[in-house]
Amino acid sequence: MCAICGCGTATSETGQESSHEHPGHDHHHHDHHAHHHLDHGDDAAIDFGGGLAGVHLPGMSQERIIRVERDILSKNAAFARTNRARLAEAGVFALNLVSSPGSGKTTLLVRAINDLWPRFPIAVIEGDQQTSNDADRIRATGAPAIQINTGKGCHLDAHMVGHAMDQLPQTQGGLLFIENVGNLVCPAAFDLGEAHKVVVLSVTEGEDKPLKYPDMFAKADLMLLNKADLLPYLDFDMAACMGFARRVNPRIEILTISARTGEGLSEFYSWMETHAGDMSRSAQLSG
Amino acid sequence: MHEMSIAESLVELIEEAGRNQRFLRVRQIRVKLGALGHVEPEALRFCFDAVSQGTIAESAELDLEMVAGEGWCASCSRTVPISERYDLCPVCGQDHVRMTAGDELRLAELEVE
Repeated sequence: MCAICGCGTATSETGQESSHEHPGHDHHHHDHHAHHHLDHGDDAAIDFGGGLAGVHLPGMSQERIIRVERDILSKNAAFARTNRARLAEAGVFALNLVSSPGSGKTTLLVRAINDLWPRFPIAVIEGDQQTSNDADRIRATGAPAIQINTGKGCHLDAHMVGHAMDQLPQTQGGLLFIENVGNLVCPAAFDLGEAHKVVVLSVTEGEDKPLKYPDMFAKADLMLLNKADLLPYLDFDMAACMGFARRVNPRIEILTISARTGEGLSEFYSWMETHAGDMSRSAQLSG
Repeated sequence: MHEMSIAESLVELIEEAGRNQRFLRVRQIRVKLGALGHVEPEALRFCFDAVSQGTIAESAELDLEMVAGEGWCASCSRTVPISERYDLCPVCGQDHVRMTAGDELRLAELEVE
């Protein structure tokens, strides 16, 4: 190893030692000019990671270690904080609805809007990879809705939601439903600024979903077991499902509902009222 | 595949550090990754290689340091190793432990030039 720049021990990604030559050009490293790596577009498979810090000689080369210690999702977290502050200031209670595709999130929202409008002003942000079908279904109820198409993206992030919020009315005492992309994995990682994550699991799915996708159930404050009207026709084990959800998240609350028949929805609306009340009380206290 | 947005966020953090700390190329990136978190290491490597192209992080080695799962058992009053979120305590078998490590997703340090 060169004791000046430390670049003598090159290893490929397979961990084998290789010579200090780069294919395609005969550039020599030991001239120690400041930018000697900048024009190497073709050495991606070669790694100079071995012990740079140990051979660093101050003033002789440009290499250094920078401690960053930042959460990789800190930018999303900052956007989420901004969204949360805007929502609190506007007195809007926001829920982030997450689930697999086809659990009945949009049907639930349409039903909730029909039941609660105009007692609560409601706005909806819809996330899907493609189409505005879900936002169209919401708008048919009369409630304002913004569709976010994520393209190839598998989840909403706080930046997208902030832009969507710009285009929606924010009415004091209102509700904002954010229907995330149908996906039980990726949306778990991204705080959108919501008051609560609500995970919707339909009883036509497996009761072990909370164990298979623990991150999502661990992050949610409420689980809605939807399509309860179908229970007589299914072998779904409710008690086991609830036990699995509480195993990954002991503080999760659980309600059994049917967005189709309306069963259990009054309990869901009460849950929202209670938690929205908690939010506005804590906002008043901190304000 | 949320690893793609995580890789994009990682590259953004590195480019921001490059502007603030005035470096032009990154050789190694050390990331702490919780073993019980939501990120699949190989997917993150794959996505990082794709999104770092043409940035100061291109061709940098991504060193993923896995942080093992740990939790606090209230019954034993101590930290115990866990292999799943909210595992039962492996020592007393009585209680669900509160996860205290294993969820990390942190850019720790950069080796730059």
